[in-house]
Amino acid sequence: MLFFLAQWNFMRLVIALLSGLILGLGLIVSGMTNPAKVIGFLDLFGAWDPSLMLVMGSAIPVTFFAFRYLQQKQTTLLNEELHLPGTRQIDLPLIIGSLLFGIGWAFAGYCPGPALVSLGLGSIDMVYFVLAMLIGMKSVDLVRKS
Amino acid sequence: MIDWTSFTPGSAIIGGLLIGVAASLLALFNGRIAGISGIVGALFHWKSAPQEHLPWRIFFILGLLLSGWVYQLFFTLPEISSKSSMTTLIIAGLLVGIGTRLGSGCTSGHGVCGLGRLSFRSLVATISFMLAGFVACYFFLHSGIL
Repeated sequence: MLFFLAQWNFMRLVIALLSGLILGLGLIVSGMTNPAKVIGFLDLFGAWDPSLMLVMGSAIPVTFFAFRYLQQKQTTLLNEELHLPGTRQIDLPLIIGSLLFGIGWAFAGYCPGPALVSLGLGSIDMVYFVLAMLIGMKSVDLVRKS
Repeated sequence: MIDWTSFTPGSAIIGGLLIGVAASLLALFNGRIAGISGIVGALFHWKSAPQEHLPWRIFFILGLLLSGWVYQLFFTLPEISSKSSMTTLIIAGLLVGIGTRLGSGCTSGHGVCGLGRLSFRSLVATISFMLAGFVACYFFLHSGIL
């Protein structure tokens, strides 16, 4: 019994590692780890590079089929519980938070995923960015708690 | 105006498909959303359920951090050009951290997974950060104010 439990957990960790790895590769291949490319996409009113539209446009159909399958089955492929968000509420934190995120994204050309990929490659810039990001996240938690 | 010289549809689509596959893997096998800000942000809450939360998140992040190295084994890394100063990076990091925590997600969680699940909440978030990104980029690059 314990052996099986350990095996399930092992499997889960391998999947998590693979998922992070493939996601990172996708970010690199697509150009999202290059801030200049990201700014080119966000520069809608200047010389607009629509490439990143295609990144989302090709990623979403894949996840669409995965989630449709999960919604019908209601368990994972390993017959385990799903941990999908249940919140449907459209509230002010959602909108204000997303607006702030968009501004920060445009400011340096980094969103969290590409920042971690570049950090892994030893970017000193990303040490500052990721530390500031963690402080930002933690401060929201602290304010929410109080 | 579209900048066709920077447009890279092939790599954008291949990268997008990889991102979609990565997010689908985590959802199908582990029943989890591959939202990078969420996975990183929840590290702060490891005390509430350590066995359940900590290990797979660390492995996922490890995968992201290692992806650049794995890519390097087979290909030359694409250009990464960033002109941001340390101050810019810190402000951008703070905004991204606060924004994604408050808005419960970033480009991967709301954009790739949320839209794939046809979540209206994620659609609102994605439109918000995209719009904010476009407008902020206009101010940063063309307005002359900043």
